[in-house]
Amino acid sequence: MARIVSAPNILPETAAFWQAANEGRLLIKQCRSCGLGHYYPRDICPHCLSADTEWKESLGLGTVYSYSAMGQGDEAYTIALVTLQEGITLMTNLIPNPAKQLHFDKPIAPFIGAPVRVCFQAASNGQQVPVFVLMDI
Amino acid sequence: MSLNGAACIAGIYEHPTRKADGLSVMRLHADVAKGALEDAGLTRDDVDAYFCAGDAPGLGTTSVAEYLGLKLRHVDSTECGGSAPILHVAHAAAAIKAGRCNVALITLAGRPRANMAEAKAMAAAAQVRANERDQNDKKFSGPPRLALRPPDPDAPELAFELPFGPATQNLYAMVAKRHMHDHGTTAEQLAWIKVAASHHAQYNPNAMLKEVVSVQDVLNSPLVADPLHKLDCCVMSDGGGALIVTRPEIARDLAKQKNRPMVTVRGTGEAPKHNGRGVDLSYSAALWSGQQAFSEAGVGADDIQYASLYDSFTITVLMQLEDLGFCKKGEGGRFVMDGNLISGVGRLPFNTDGGGLCNNHPANRGGVTKVIEAVRQLRGQAHPAVQVKNCHLALANGIGGALAARHTSATLILEGV
Repeated sequence: MARIVSAPNILPETAAFWQAANEGRLLIKQCRSCGLGHYYPRDICPHCLSADTEWKESLGLGTVYSYSAMGQGDEAYTIALVTLQEGITLMTNLIPNPAKQLHFDKPIAPFIGAPVRVCFQAASNGQQVPVFVLMDI
Repeated sequence: MSLNGAACIAGIYEHPTRKADGLSVMRLHADVAKGALEDAGLTRDDVDAYFCAGDAPGLGTTSVAEYLGLKLRHVDSTECGGSAPILHVAHAAAAIKAGRCNVALITLAGRPRANMAEAKAMAAAAQVRANERDQNDKKFSGPPRLALRPPDPDAPELAFELPFGPATQNLYAMVAKRHMHDHGTTAEQLAWIKVAASHHAQYNPNAMLKEVVSVQDVLNSPLVADPLHKLDCCVMSDGGGALIVTRPEIARDLAKQKNRPMVTVRGTGEAPKHNGRGVDLSYSAALWSGQQAFSEAGVGADDIQYASLYDSFTITVLMQLEDLGFCKKGEGGRFVMDGNLISGVGRLPFNTDGGGLCNNHPANRGGVTKVIEAVRQLRGQAHPAVQVKNCHLALANGIGGALAARHTSATLILEGV
């Protein structure tokens, strides 16, 4: 039995993020006042406390900052911190590349600095959450 | 306001149990409170301030005060996970200096191990009943998860973490992974921290793991969260501990009565670290809490003769060694090798009770036992095989929370005279 991906508790402040995730888009928050991005997304910018923050669509490309594989067999999973090209770092999972699995290739082992791209995985209630796959290099 | 010399630790007590069958969490808090008062030579009615964190049941300070019949004029339930009691000592010293109280009681206690065993027994009994109902139904849901409190629905960060399976182990493992990448630290080097703890634990009859282990034993233990092995992780235990912090005049009389050194607060520091403005796993909040404490005490890392370092995992110790200045950033791996943390062998004897890695980690919180063993060292009450000779200056540091996410470090520098 694969690990159950727990459903995120969605607050009004982050409803747009989760709606976009269901549409296959990764949103990040950026501050109009100081220009800096942040994560997790909030109304109030943690850099300058301005309430003038806006949603931006991320390219969904980044690199592995750190990771750790845990669990056995079907329950094995890899938690990771991924730094997006936009400069922010988020907690996520690295998942095997579905295309690779289809071709019975050995999955690429993650490493720090490995390029990754976003894809989406369903949580227990069907809500899509952003996870990442290793890109071919 | 400097807290250097503002207060003393006059009483300590560590609960001997490691599995609290038949003992409630509140009973454990009461046991350790009584033990510390007896050790100090004070009575319940001398206590006018009480400190606890999230491990205390019910309404925290109020509920424990009710159970113990305390009459208080100062309370503080600052919650920052396992480092809380270390920070409570500083808060008690500040309250004493401000004239808010004279005798402060700090307790920490819990029974996660007994809770787990009871949950497993209940699950197994339910399984037997299910099997009796349907012999064909062989589906077993596996061992129950650690019974943690349900996630706070108002905590905005959790939606962006829980789906990805953050366990304490893999959050610390990511720090270790990064340290290995940045500095070439090895699993063998991390293992030396456990080896040192096990050398100390062999002399502690209450320690959960009394067997001396080798680097190879650590590396041969199952990988829990890459790169951390089972023996890189602390034990899960029940029990707890308590501290009595008093005005120096009171502590002086008590130390005289008991014919033992007086243990005085010399330096304190506390700091949270989080990922709110970006992720940087290269250092912990001990960098900040340590600077505050050393500055207040007017001493440096080289002056410290014994250190109690929070050892939820081996990597936790390594990060504190670097961030507190016992070695340069990136050199922690080399610093801990070849028994450098073993009392009588190395430069910096640490966790001479066996620490969280071998002795206990009551309520999944190691803060109070860190202070207790530091006080034992300064009183000359550690086991003779691990007692640091002429130990006058000790440090206790705690990391509460998770290194890769949000955590609070508390540093305490104590002098025994």
